[in-house]
Amino acid sequence: MKHVLAILVENKAGALTRISGLFSRRGFNIENIAVGETVTPGVARMTITVEGSDPVIEQVMKQLHKLINVLKVSNLSKEPSVMRELMLIKVRSETGSRSDIQQIVETFRGKVVDVSPDSMIIEVTGTEDKLEAIKMMLEHFGIKEIVRTGKVALLRGAKTTREA
Amino acid sequence: MILKALEIEGVDQIFGFPGGAVLPLYNQLYDSPLKHLLVRHEQAAVHAADGYARVTGKPGVVFATSGPGATNLVTGIANAYMDSVPLVLITGQVASPFIGTDAFQEADITGITLPITKHNYLVKNVEELPSILSEAFFIASTGRRGPVLIDIPKDLFDHEAPFNYDQKCHIAGYNPTYSGHAGQINRAVKAIRDARRPVIFGGGGLIRAGADQVLRELAETARIPVILSLMGLGAFPGDNSLFLGMPGMHGSVTANYALTETDLIIAAGVRFDDRVTGKLENFAEKAKIIHIDIDPAEIGKNVIIDIPIVGDVRLVLEDLLCKLKPGNTEKWFKQIESWQEKYPMPAGSKGASSSLLPQFVIRELSRLSEPDTIVATDVGQHQMWTAQHFIIRAPKRFLTSGGLGTMGYGFPAAIGARLAAPEQRVLCITGDGSFQMNIQELATVVNNNLDLTIALINNGSLGMVRQWQEFFYEKRYSHTLLVGSPDFIKVAEAYGARALRASTEVEATQAIEEAFRIKGPVLIDFVVNPEENVYPMVAPNHPINQIITGGDF
Repeated sequence: MKHVLAILVENKAGALTRISGLFSRRGFNIENIAVGETVTPGVARMTITVEGSDPVIEQVMKQLHKLINVLKVSNLSKEPSVMRELMLIKVRSETGSRSDIQQIVETFRGKVVDVSPDSMIIEVTGTEDKLEAIKMMLEHFGIKEIVRTGKVALLRGAKTTREA
Repeated sequence: MILKALEIEGVDQIFGFPGGAVLPLYNQLYDSPLKHLLVRHEQAAVHAADGYARVTGKPGVVFATSGPGATNLVTGIANAYMDSVPLVLITGQVASPFIGTDAFQEADITGITLPITKHNYLVKNVEELPSILSEAFFIASTGRRGPVLIDIPKDLFDHEAPFNYDQKCHIAGYNPTYSGHAGQINRAVKAIRDARRPVIFGGGGLIRAGADQVLRELAETARIPVILSLMGLGAFPGDNSLFLGMPGMHGSVTANYALTETDLIIAAGVRFDDRVTGKLENFAEKAKIIHIDIDPAEIGKNVIIDIPIVGDVRLVLEDLLCKLKPGNTEKWFKQIESWQEKYPMPAGSKGASSSLLPQFVIRELSRLSEPDTIVATDVGQHQMWTAQHFIIRAPKRFLTSGGLGTMGYGFPAAIGARLAAPEQRVLCITGDGSFQMNIQELATVVNNNLDLTIALINNGSLGMVRQWQEFFYEKRYSHTLLVGSPDFIKVAEAYGARALRASTEVEATQAIEEAFRIKGPVLIDFVVNPEENVYPMVAPNHPINQIITGGDF
C-alpha cells in the first residue's frame, strides 16, 4: 500500500541527503518527494510517498525519527487529508486538435499556460488518479514532456501536522 | 576553543594522528594538559577510543586529518555505530575556500560517514563551533549511544569567536525516552507472573545503561535464567548458576534450547541480530516477547514483539523489579539443568591431544586472570572461543566487535582499555589473521610502555572462514591459509616487545604465568591445532535448535 508521510525537518545543510540516503540504504522505495518551506522559519516540510506494508512503514517512520534534524514524522494516509500534485504537460497540438485538447483540459479543470504553433503546455492539479486520467486522455495527441511536483498533503480540519 | 570544550566535557585522553589539515589543532595541543596517544594508523585511533569508551562509559575522542586521515577512520566509526559506542571524532578538512575543488587531501567525510554516524557536522562558521561541540558530546553519550563526527575546515581552527559553551544543550529533534510506559510495565509484570518457562535475554544495552546490578536482583528475585548476547557478556556474572551462556550461531546448546522452548522472553537492550535468531520464522515460536530498548526503531525490526517498552533499560528493569515476586520456575530449571548436563561447552577435539587446543588456551587465560581483567578480542574463531570459555564476571570487561565483526579491532581496543583502567589487567586475545590487520600498533604499545598481554591464537589460517569452507564449500580452502606470515616472536621483538611461544599445554600455562608477571607489552604466540572448529554451531539461517555439535563432547 502507498503511504504519504509528512516530515518536518530542520532546514540544515545535508538534511535532505540524510533523509533520501536513509531510504536507499534501508531498502525503502520513495515513489515521490516534495520539499518546501513552512510557516516556521528554518523548518522545511517534506512529503514522501512510499510503498510498503504497515510494519515496513512503521520502521521507516521510526528510522526517520532517529535522524537528529527530523522534528516530526506523520503518516497522512492514516487520517483524512487533502492530497494534491501539480503536473505540467507539453502536448503536441495543431490547429485541428487544439480545441479538442482545450475541451479535455476544461473537463479536468486544468489550464493552458503556453501555446506555440505545434505545442501547448497544460497545467493540472489534483489527486494521482486525476493526473493519470488526463495524461491518458492526452496521450494520443502526443505527449512531448511531463513534469510533476510530487504529492503534497495537509490534514483536514483545524489540526496541523505539528499537533498530530 | 576545541581543547577548552574537551576539558569542560571531562575528556582526558585523545587518540589520534596528525596531518596537514589539523596542524593548527595539534599546535594548540602542544601545550595542553590533555593527553594524546599517537597511533600508527587512524583506524587504530578509533578502535582505541572505542575500547576506552566501552570501559569508561565516556565518549572516546579522536583527532585525524582530512582526506586519507579521515577515510581511515571509516571502519572504526562503522564498528562503533553498530555496537552503539559513544565517540566524538574531530577531523580536519581542507580550508573553506578549497572545499568542493578536489583539493589535495580533500574527502567529503561528512557525506561518507552519513550512514555510519549517529550524527555529523561540517562546520561552516567558527561561531557555531561551541554549540556543535556540545551537541556532539550530548548526542554521542545519551539515548542510544553512537559516534558523532565534526569536520572542521583548516582555516576555522585559528579563527577567534566568543566561547559560550553550554553543556546542557537543547536539540529540538532529539528527545530520547528514558522512563518506560507504566501501562506496558504492568502488562510485562503480569506476563512474567504468568510465565512458566521465562528467560531474560540481555545485550549490550544493559552495559551502556549500567543495568547489571538490577538485572542480577531481578533474575535472582524472580528466579529467571539469563542468556546474554555477545555484546551483553559481563552484564550478568558468567559464573552465576542462573547464567545459560550466549545464544545463536556459536551459543551454548542450553541457551538455544531455552530460547526455543521458553514461553516468555524478557529482552533487554538487545536487537535480535541474525546471528542470534537464526531462521526468523522458527525463532522462539512458543514465546511471548517483552522488548525493552532505548531505541524505538529496534522494537519490532526483526521479530514481532508482544509487549514493547521504550526506555532506559536500567530504569525499566527497576520498575519491573519492585513489582515482581519469586516465580515458580523450578520445573523449568530442572529441564535446563538436564540440558546443561547433557551438552556442556565442548573442550575441543579429542583426537588432537598432541597439539595445543585453542579452547584450552582460553580456559587457562581465564583461570589465571584476575576477576577484573579486561579482555579485548579480535574477530573469528578465537573470538567465539573466548565468548564460550572465558568467564566474564562483570560489565565493561569484555570488548569485542559484535555488529560489524571487524578484524583488527582487538589490539587497539586493548590499548584504549589500558589507558582507561590503569589498575586492571588488560588482555588482548587475537588470531594470526586479525592481529596482522593492526600489527603496526606494536610501536604504539612499546613507545608508551603499555602493560598488556597479547594472546595470539595462531592456527596459520583465517580459521572461521576456513571452517565455513570446510562445512559449506566442500573443503575448498580458497585463500584462507595464511602462508607467509612472519615469525611473530621476531616481529614483537623487532618492535621492542617481549614475546613467548607455546606449543603444548604445559608451555601454554607457563607462558601465561610468565607473561602475567612481566610489566609492559608481551606477546604469546600460541601455536594451536589448525584443524580446530568452533562448536556448537548453527548453520546460517537455520532454526537455532538445529545444532551441529561436532560430536566431541
